[in-house]
Amino acid sequence: MSTINYSEKIPNNVNLGEDRTLQRALEGWQPNFINWWDDVGPEGSTNHDVYLRTAVSVDPQGWAQFGHVKMRDYRWGIFLNPGDANREIHFGDHKGEKAWQDVPGEHRANLRRIIVTQGDTEPASVEQQRHLGLTAPSMYDLRNLFQINVEEGRHLWAMVYLLQKHFGRDGREEADALLQRTSGDENNPRILGAFNERTPDWLAFFMFTYFTDRDGKFQLSALAESAFDPLARTTKFMLTEEAHHMFVGESGVSRVIARTAQVMNELKTDDVQKIRAAGCIDLGTIQRYLNFHYSVTIDLFGADQSSNAAIFYSSGLKGRYEEGKRTDDHILKGQTYKVLEVKDGQLVEKDVPMLNALNEVLRDDFIKDSVAGVGRWNKVLEKAGIPTRLVVPHKAFNRQIGALAGIKMSPEGRVVNEIEWAAKRDELLPSSEDFAFVASLMGRVVEPGKFAGWISPPVMGINRQPVDFEYVRFG
Amino acid sequence: MDMAVEAGVIKQHLIDPEICIRCNTCEATCPVNAITHDDNNYVVRADICNGCMACISPCPTGSIDNWRTMPLVRAYTIEEQLTWEELPAELTPEELEAAGVSADAGDEAAAPAATAPMQVATVESVETIFNSAQYGATVPPWSAAHAYTNLFPPKMPTTATVVGNFNCTEAGFDSETHHIVLDFGVVPFPVLEGQSIGIVPPGVDAIGKRHHARQYSVASPRNGERPGYNNVSLTVKRVTEDHQGDPVLGVCSNYVCDLKVGDTVQVVGPFGASFLMPNHPKSHIVMICTGTGSAPMRAMTEWRRRLRKSGKFEGGKLMLFFGARTQQELPYFGPLQSLPKDFIDINLAFSRTPGSPKRYVQDLMRERAADLAALLKDGSSHFYVCGLKSMEEGVVLALRDVATEAGLDWDTVGASLKREGRLHLETY
Ligand SMILES: Cc1cc2nc3c(=O)[nH]c(=O)nc-3n(C[C@H](O)[C@H](O)[C@H](O)COP(=O)(O)OP(=O)(O)OC[C@H]3O[C@@H](n4cnc5c(N)ncnc54)[C@H](O)[C@@H]3O)c2cc1C
Ligand code: SF4
Ligand code: SF4
Repeated sequence: MSTINYSEKIPNNVNLGEDRTLQRALEGWQPNFINWWDDVGPEGSTNHDVYLRTAVSVDPQGWAQFGHVKMRDYRWGIFLNPGDANREIHFGDHKGEKAWQDVPGEHRANLRRIIVTQGDTEPASVEQQRHLGLTAPSMYDLRNLFQINVEEGRHLWAMVYLLQKHFGRDGREEADALLQRTSGDENNPRILGAFNERTPDWLAFFMFTYFTDRDGKFQLSALAESAFDPLARTTKFMLTEEAHHMFVGESGVSRVIARTAQVMNELKTDDVQKIRAAGCIDLGTIQRYLNFHYSVTIDLFGADQSSNAAIFYSSGLKGRYEEGKRTDDHILKGQTYKVLEVKDGQLVEKDVPMLNALNEVLRDDFIKDSVAGVGRWNKVLEKAGIPTRLVVPHKAFNRQIGALAGIKMSPEGRVVNEIEWAAKRDELLPSSEDFAFVASLMGRVVEPGKFAGWISPPVMGINRQPVDFEYVRFG
Repeated sequence: MDMAVEAGVIKQHLIDPEICIRCNTCEATCPVNAITHDDNNYVVRADICNGCMACISPCPTGSIDNWRTMPLVRAYTIEEQLTWEELPAELTPEELEAAGVSADAGDEAAAPAATAPMQVATVESVETIFNSAQYGATVPPWSAAHAYTNLFPPKMPTTATVVGNFNCTEAGFDSETHHIVLDFGVVPFPVLEGQSIGIVPPGVDAIGKRHHARQYSVASPRNGERPGYNNVSLTVKRVTEDHQGDPVLGVCSNYVCDLKVGDTVQVVGPFGASFLMPNHPKSHIVMICTGTGSAPMRAMTEWRRRLRKSGKFEGGKLMLFFGARTQQELPYFGPLQSLPKDFIDINLAFSRTPGSPKRYVQDLMRERAADLAALLKDGSSHFYVCGLKSMEEGVVLALRDVATEAGLDWDTVGASLKREGRLHLETY
């Protein structure tokens, strides 16, 4: 039943053509993947020729090939960054030993869980974004959405490859289950909460790609340090693609802000109703979306104290962000880290064992990176001479996971009571009215070079193409 | 391309902090660890980056693809770059001059590659007994001006604006040829007659790779199509059939012929450091071309015409052999006719004029053997051949026959024409 030309159809650097077992597993899985793509992939896009970036190898010439292709025919390759046969484990209890090429029996369950969780987020975001193609603010943005969709699909393949190659029968079962869960499905939802939220509009999409794909960057970076070499190499390569997703988010929000600022200057007003009447998203709404996506995303890093995190680190499964650049002992025993808790109605810091606080460490790295980007958004306002600044809410704001779950907080980090929260809620998080307003702006604009009124054109096109390039040819 | 160039100038690789999203991809990609970052910016170390371009396509934003010509001693340091909120502007020619850098520094390294297109012909003619390409010079005439090459190498195109585009053959004929004028604004793009530039058509080819640049000879003289402006003209023939005569739409030529005034195009080059005209006032120029091979001839003729008008020229002869299928297909037929006879000796050959026998440029050359022989004997004569590849052999054979009939030893003459940079072949 070998119908696939492996090097052509599935570009890979894992010698797929020679690996019969893997071929059989993939041939079983691939038709289900295509069904999944047809059922819950980008809506109504089957016949479009999209100007996509496709990786055909991991070297700089091969991994960014541009051309018009149908998304269904996208070449979902399987790529691992080039390996180093002598690579050593560089953190945890196995520090100094040779990195593993196979899964050690005692870490099998944990590794599988890590890979399945990572894998689950990839199709989930495609499902969350499936309707967005119908309301794209431009052809350029439509293309970027589709690019993200196919790369999330490819990342799913990457994780499925690891499961099928290294985890035998249960790996294959887990691979199948990745196609059976569906975002937001009551009976069979995606594993992580944020991936069951809807992405209702393009502002939400840009916030999602800015914050949530940045979570992806930090999680993948931590996995890229793994002692399990195939996982480290796969995630390293995925990181290069993840960068484009964050770019879409960062530049997307930035363009929304730029357009709003422009209209505010033209109309010489900061009156929300006037700005909305002019077809732009007011800065207050942008701030509320930011508050929501930021807080939901930092929940993705997990509980602030976690024995799993300690085990993952000590056993070498998952390192820290830029582990190799840190100068401590990379074992972290006997060290402490500060986490937050609420005591007597006050937020206080307490010291906990570092190993148990590694989720918090990664969350803090993420926060620093996110805040810097919000600073770049503020530069847009600064340049336009608008005094308003966007701010990142307090780490404890609107949390659902860990010690801070459910505690009502102001964005400044003051504990507030239920009554005050209820009164202020709609100033802090997007209200149903905000959603309805943003939704009302979402009309489809797909003529080359044209943009919806609520967003500025980008500074440059993709792959140096002009902004009015025909990024999508509608079939 | 070599980034770390002589003459104390570098093309410094910089990242645009306003567009960069700090994703770390470039740092992870760079094979020599030339990229680093702090909490504020991603930056490139000038002393380590070798311009290998590995980081360019993986960067999701395009912010990595910025280059500045800098005197080595003034290259931006890492510390400086880390504080930037935006990219500094390119140094002006005056600022560069003040730093002791002439605008041309740093281009020599690329020059040898520029002669490659002319050598291509060798491959196809090896099997025939007569190898015309072996007579083509790889050095310029001794009095040629110095040519800048590769200011914008293939991986770093610049943008030019179309300021003119008109059909310079009679409309409605198969081989429609357009006269295109491109303006470079303030971008340095000095060219000499006989050089070519590359145009990068947008989009990708069948295997998904970006189209490669197509070369076009510059048809305007060194001081611009419009004198004193930073513009060049090209003579581009719309390719609608391949060399076998089967219908095919040439990618770049059709793109260029359809450009509108105000459009922008990606340009690389300039290329070519030997197909250059002599500058000494008594030098003779014999130009033999077909079709769009007339482009460099137009450039040289026009430069001579401008010199003559300003009284700066004394007497070198111009002789042109120009072939086309019909008079209507001959680019610039009208303007050619109005050049004074004492300025240029024009010989036109039409191969498909109804009712007339086919005549090719080499037929005309044989008819003018007496004049050509005199020129072959004169060490101030320079011969330029440009146009379709298929003409080259016939033309060089005709020159050999003219020489031999005049009692000259072609091996000696041919060798000195080559050595002295006096016979140039450019066919495509
Ligand atoms: C140094 C140099 C200088 C040049 N100067 C000029 C110039 O001044 N003006 C100009 O018009 N061109 C010039 N050319 C040729 C030019 O670079 C392109 O090759 C030409 O425009 C065709 O490109 P295309 O993209 O349209 O066709 P492509 O898409 O590259 O080719 C399509 C098909 O047409 C065939 N083909 C290519 N060129 C021709 C042709 N001329 N006649 C018949 N079939 C062809 C190809 O073999 C191919 O089968 C020059 C080439 C060189 C190397
Ligand atoms: S051009 Fe090459 S050497 Fe320079 S920064 Fe980019 S990858 Fe590194
Ligand atoms: S790859 Fe591009 S966007 Fe990312 S850090 Fe480097 S320059 Fe910035």
